[in-house]
Amino acid sequence: MQHTISVLVENEFGVLSRVASLFSGRGFNIDSLTVAPTNEENLSRMTIVTRGDDRILEQINKQLNKLIDVLKVIDFSDGSAVEREMALIKVTAEDESRAEVLRIVDIFRAKIIDVTPKSYTIEATGSPLKIDAILDLLRPLGLKELVRTGAVAIGRGAKGWKG
Amino acid sequence: MKMNGARIMLECLKKEGVDTIFGYPGGTVINIYDELFGIKGINHILPRHEQGGTHAADGYARASGKVGVAIATSGPGATNTVTGIATAYMDSVPMVIITGQVPTALIGNDAFQEVDIIGITRSCTKHSFLVRDVNELAGIMKKAFYIARTGRPGPVLVDLPKDVQIAQTEFVYPETVEIRSYKPTVEGHPKQIERAVEMLLASHKPVLYVGGGVILGNAADELTTLARMLIAPVTTTLMGLGAFPGNDRLSLGMPGMHGSYCANMAMTHSDMIVAIGARFDDRVTGKLATFAPHARIIHIDVDPTSIKKNVRVDLPIVGDVKDVLSKMIRQLKKSDEKLKSFVSGISAWDEEINGWKEKHPINYKNSSSIIKPQYVIQKLRELSDDDAIISTDVGQHQMWTAQFFQFNRPRTLLSSGGLGTMGYGLPAAMGAQAAFPGRQVITICGDGGVQMNIQEMATLVQNRLPVKIVILNNNFLGMVRQWQELFFEKRYSQTCLELPIDFIKLAEAYGAKGFRATKPDEVENTIKQGFAHNGPVIMEFMIAREEKVLPMVPAGASLNEMVLNA
Repeated sequence: MQHTISVLVENEFGVLSRVASLFSGRGFNIDSLTVAPTNEENLSRMTIVTRGDDRILEQINKQLNKLIDVLKVIDFSDGSAVEREMALIKVTAEDESRAEVLRIVDIFRAKIIDVTPKSYTIEATGSPLKIDAILDLLRPLGLKELVRTGAVAIGRGAKGWKG
Repeated sequence: MKMNGARIMLECLKKEGVDTIFGYPGGTVINIYDELFGIKGINHILPRHEQGGTHAADGYARASGKVGVAIATSGPGATNTVTGIATAYMDSVPMVIITGQVPTALIGNDAFQEVDIIGITRSCTKHSFLVRDVNELAGIMKKAFYIARTGRPGPVLVDLPKDVQIAQTEFVYPETVEIRSYKPTVEGHPKQIERAVEMLLASHKPVLYVGGGVILGNAADELTTLARMLIAPVTTTLMGLGAFPGNDRLSLGMPGMHGSYCANMAMTHSDMIVAIGARFDDRVTGKLATFAPHARIIHIDVDPTSIKKNVRVDLPIVGDVKDVLSKMIRQLKKSDEKLKSFVSGISAWDEEINGWKEKHPINYKNSSSIIKPQYVIQKLRELSDDDAIISTDVGQHQMWTAQFFQFNRPRTLLSSGGLGTMGYGLPAAMGAQAAFPGRQVITICGDGGVQMNIQEMATLVQNRLPVKIVILNNNFLGMVRQWQELFFEKRYSQTCLELPIDFIKLAEAYGAKGFRATKPDEVENTIKQGFAHNGPVIMEFMIAREEKVLPMVPAGASLNEMVLNA
């Protein structure tokens, strides 16, 4: 089962590698990981998408909490978070497919951010499922290059860091 | 007062009450050694190898309960400490390791003797710090000691670049330490403790399964009180030996792979296992699917990650074992009636356990012509002081020591349980002797492991540390040989050491003394001579070469599938 976990960490030297090596050292999976500073000074926030059964997820939570630099671990297992991801997608766009790409971009409320006679580059934002969906539609048209940020998540309402 | 970083580091050690350190000089710690020259209040012991120094700091910490301190230079000095750090990490030993580092401007440039020791030790330290500014140094040292000794203890590494050692600043040692992201749980949850006592009093076949956490948490007295109140049998893991008196009638000995028949049968038939500062290691549980099939499990541990890691747990209590056990005792006193009926109902279980004890006690067949290792261990117990500190290496002799040397007090057995580090015994004994110059310190080794840190003989002699080194010599890497005999059709691949070493001459080469016994009737006299000698000694016993450690639960088998005689 896939889980999204937010980890608030002290902005200390080497903290990313501590978290990453915890996952690799204990054989936990990382589907995606993003990290950036927060509005609070000295505090960064990681969003990790991982998978495993209940026992493994409990261990992941506990092991993360055990790291000295980790201030809080929030497990958004129950749909209690809003998740967003961004993708930059370069697709082949020649002749009649140019119009088709534009239609898809329009439907998904994505943006064209670079155009050449042979390609479009698209910026798409949304839930990871929405990104998967637009990719499914673009793939047959000729997907040249893809960059995804990985999910970021924030709790709904009172759920989250400091409510 | 303004001081340089090197001096500040040493002043921090003094503020932490450190009186003994183990360290090895080198290019990037030369400023520390310059400041150490003539300093008062810190006894510096120079090992002959950084691994020896790190194990010595570990032995010092395990025997005394204080934080052990080791110093090494950058590069190879630092990498030589890694086995010592990993050993301490696996057994939760509080240590602070100071490594020199190349100047900050050179970090990452593949400078001479540069290594990313923080990266190398990330997965075997509790935490680590790279000091980048001399103004941060005192605060980091304070944090390092605090992290090392609180919660589940462990080694903390402080990497100290050379320019930071030279830079000057005002020395102010912080009075308090506050790490907002590190708040170990000390007090057990009162409701959980209440429930645990209820659950325990409703059981009929309880076993207290005790690990090293009880020793680390200084809770041996509480444990003994609890066991005697309940008249509940106690099984102690290798790390827990000494937490409960081995000569008490409630003691079952060690569980697991080379545990006693009665301990393993008790675990298998129990309806209530109370795990106290133990972590259900695979050497203890055997096959997980058939482990303690009838038992409800209460697990008390300061480290939440230990709970439900390997086995299902019915009732977890996170907290310091001393706090939790004393609260359980208080709760039991309040439940007087229930306790009385519990105790009166326990005799059937007691009888069942005694039946197992009598059926297959830990035993061996002695011989009048050849020295049996178990006999040597029994004689050592008989002739040594009550408060003697024993360290071991890893292998057959370690298991024979665990089985036959009855440990009655906490912090009297120092052994690498988690990592299983050969070469640990001699330097660990050195550290323990430095902590307790007046006590008898004995290291029990095999002829394989003792050679892994034999160079520390020189340190013993130089520092007048009268460690008694017992070598059970079978000219084999005995434990692996035993596995080869039992599971690999006696194909003794690379386990015969072939070249016999003259350990007596070796002792003499280092300026120590050596005694050898080749026949059973020489054992007692050899031990007496060794103990009587006023200095470090090697006592070598030429033992039955193919003696096995029994009973044995083969790897992957269930606890009740013990090989009793093979």
